[in-house]
Amino acid sequence: MMEYTKPNVLKKHLTDLFEESKVSVFSKDKDYISALRTEAIAQFDKKGFPSGKDESWRGTDLKKVLSKGYQQFLHPQNQDIDLSKLFICEVHNFDTDILSLLNGWMVNGYARLKTFENGTIIGSLAEAMEEYPELINEYYNKSDKINEHSFSSLNTAFAIDGVFIYVPDGVQVDRAIQMVSIINHDENLLVQNRNLIILGNNSSLTFVQCDDSTNKLTSLNNSVTEFFIGENSNLDHTKLQNLNNKSTLINSTYINQDANSNVSTNAISLNGGLIRNNINVALNGQGSNANVYGLYLMDDKQHIDNRVYIDHKVANCTSSELFKGILDDEASGIFNGHIMVRKDAQNTNAFQNNNNILLKDTATIDTLPFLEIYADDVKCSHGATIGQLDLEAMFYLRSRGISEDNARMLLMYAFATEVINNISIDPLRERIDDMVKKRLRGELSICDTCVLHCGSPEKEVHFDIDLSKI
Amino acid sequence: MLLNIKNLHLEIGGKEIIKGLNLGINKGEVHAIMGPNGTGKSTLAAAITGREGYDVTKGEIVYKGIDILEMPPEDRAKEGIFLSFQYPVEIPGVSMTNFMRTAMNEHLEYQGKNPIPATDFLKRMDEKKKIVEIHSKLTNRSVNEGFSGGEKKKNEIFQMAMLEPTLSILDETDSGLDIDALRIVANGVNTLKTSENAFIIITHYQRLLDYIEPDFVHVLYDGQIVKSGGKDLAIELEEKGYDWIKQENENY
Repeated sequence: MMEYTKPNVLKKHLTDLFEESKVSVFSKDKDYISALRTEAIAQFDKKGFPSGKDESWRGTDLKKVLSKGYQQFLHPQNQDIDLSKLFICEVHNFDTDILSLLNGWMVNGYARLKTFENGTIIGSLAEAMEEYPELINEYYNKSDKINEHSFSSLNTAFAIDGVFIYVPDGVQVDRAIQMVSIINHDENLLVQNRNLIILGNNSSLTFVQCDDSTNKLTSLNNSVTEFFIGENSNLDHTKLQNLNNKSTLINSTYINQDANSNVSTNAISLNGGLIRNNINVALNGQGSNANVYGLYLMDDKQHIDNRVYIDHKVANCTSSELFKGILDDEASGIFNGHIMVRKDAQNTNAFQNNNNILLKDTATIDTLPFLEIYADDVKCSHGATIGQLDLEAMFYLRSRGISEDNARMLLMYAFATEVINNISIDPLRERIDDMVKKRLRGELSICDTCVLHCGSPEKEVHFDIDLSKI
Repeated sequence: MLLNIKNLHLEIGGKEIIKGLNLGINKGEVHAIMGPNGTGKSTLAAAITGREGYDVTKGEIVYKGIDILEMPPEDRAKEGIFLSFQYPVEIPGVSMTNFMRTAMNEHLEYQGKNPIPATDFLKRMDEKKKIVEIHSKLTNRSVNEGFSGGEKKKNEIFQMAMLEPTLSILDETDSGLDIDALRIVANGVNTLKTSENAFIIITHYQRLLDYIEPDFVHVLYDGQIVKSGGKDLAIELEEKGYDWIKQENENY
C-alpha cells in the first residue's frame, strides 16, 4: 500500500476516487443523492481536511493520521469470518436489537429493511435510499450546520450504508436498538458510515451506538449520524467507544429537535488513538431540552476531542452539558463547549460543566467554554476544573485501611460515576459501569466491548472493591 | 506497652512542630491530650496515623513493639490504629457501603481471613449504626457528603465501631457538637471501650471528659508534653485556663 506523505495527497486520492465512482458505483443513485454527493465533494475539495489553523480543530493534530494511506471500499468486502461469533450480545438482561456494521456495511438480519406492524422501519440506509425516497429526501443531510464541516461533507460524498431508523408518530420503541460498528480488516481502512434516525411526534427511542475494534490495525472512521426528533418525542442515546490505539474516530452527531422534545446523549470514550466527537444540537422548537454528557478515560498517547455546539434558536429551551475525563500518561484532551443563544431565545437555561483529573503531569487537557448570547433573559453557566485526585480524600480512605491503589481507584470511579449514572437503562449502565472499572484498573481490552466476544478467553475480573450495589 | 512514643521530633515544611515528645499508652487506658491551639495536638495525631508531609527528624513511634514510622497509613490502620478526624472529608460518589466494605475486606485480608459476605456486612452496619444512634440509611449516601457537623462526627465513631481498632485517636471530636450529639458520641466511645483497646482523646475542653473519663491527662505545649496527671488536671485546666502552663514553661 502506498504511504502518503501529506494530508492533501489523501485528499487528492479521495477526490479522484469520487470522480471514478461517479460513473460506476454512484451512477445508480437517485438524483437528489447524486446532487448531494456532487455538492458535498465540491465543499470538501474547497475546504480540504481541517488543519491546525482551523479554529475548531485547534489542539487536535490530524497530520499524522491523514498522512497514512487508506483504502476506502465502495462495495462490501466478502470476509472469511464467522459473523455469528463476532456479534454476540454480552449485556445480560438487555433487551436489544442489534444492528451490526462491519467495516461500515450492514450485516446480518438487518442488511435489508424491516418494517414493523406499528410502522417502525429499521435497517440499512442503503436500502432505505431505494425504498423510502420521500423520507430520505425530507431528512437526509438536512441537519443544521452539517455542510459546514468538511469531514461531514466528505462523508456525504461517499456514504452508502449505515443505520436507518424511522419511528412514526406516537410509537414508543420498547426494545433498545444497538448499533455495533466493527472495523476488521488487514490493511489501513477508511470507513464512512452514515446513520439517519427519525422520530415522529410523541414517540420515543433508545439507541446505543458502539464503535469497536477487533484487532490492532490502523483505521480511520468518519462516521456521521443525524437525528430528527419530532414534537414531544424522546431520544436516549449512548455512544460507547472502545477502539485500539491506531484507530481514529471522527464521530459527528447532529441532533435536530422540535418543540417539547427531550434528548439525552452520552458519549463514553474508553479507548482510541484519536477520538473526535462533534456534537451539534439544534433546539428548533420551544420547550425542547438536551442533556449532553460525556466521559473519557484516556492514557498512553491517546487523544480525545469533544466539541459540543448547542444552538438555542427559540425561547424556553434548556440544555445541560456534563463532560468528565481522567487522563493518564501522555494522553491529551480538548473540551470545547459552545453555547449559542439566539436573539429570540428568551428564557433559555443552559448549563455546562467540564471536570478533569490529570493523573500525571505529562497528561494535558484544554477546556474551552464559549458562550455566545444575544438574548437578554437567559440563565447560562459554565464551569471547568482541572485537578489531581483529592489528597485529603486519599488519606481519609487510606487511614481506614484501604490501600493506595484501591483508594485511587475508588476516587477515580467516584469521579466517573456522575456521568455513568445518567445512563437510564439499568443493564447497560451496569455493563458500562463494569467496563469503566476495568478500564480504570487497566484491565479492559479492546476485545472486551459491550457486545463482542472475540474468542479471546475472558479474563475473570476480580475486584477487591465490590462497587456494585449490595 | 501498646504505644510508646520516644523523643519524637517532627517538622512540617522545615518548621519544627513536635520537639521531643514522650508518651506511653497501655491497653485499657484512656489518655486525654489537652493544650492551647497550635501546640501540635493534631500534628501528633497525624504522625501516629502516617499522614504524608510530616517529617520525623528524630525519635520513634513504637506500636505493638514495632517502629511504625515507615509504615504506610493503610497498614497502620490494619494494625489497629484509627483516627477520628477533626474535619471528616466529604467524598462525593463513594458510597458509605462501598467505603466500609472495602475497608473491612482489606482488614480481613490482612488478617488472612475471607471477605465478609454481603448480608453479614449489612447486618453489621445496622448493628453498629445503633451505637451512635444513626437512624438514616447510610447505604446510598456518599461518604460524609451533605452530613451535618454532628452526623459527620457520629459517622467517625460508627466507622470506629465497624473496624474495631486497638488504638483510637479522637481529634477534637467534641468541636462543633451540640450537647446531645456530644452525649451520643461519648456513649458510643464508652460502649466500644474494653480492656484490650486504648484511646487518645485530643480536646481543648474538659466538656468531653465529663462523659469519657480519662485515666491520664497530658498537657501539650510548644511541641512537648509539659504536664501529666489524672482527670483532676483537666478540671484544673478548665478553671484556670492555659496561661499558668505557659507561664510555668516560660519560667524554666
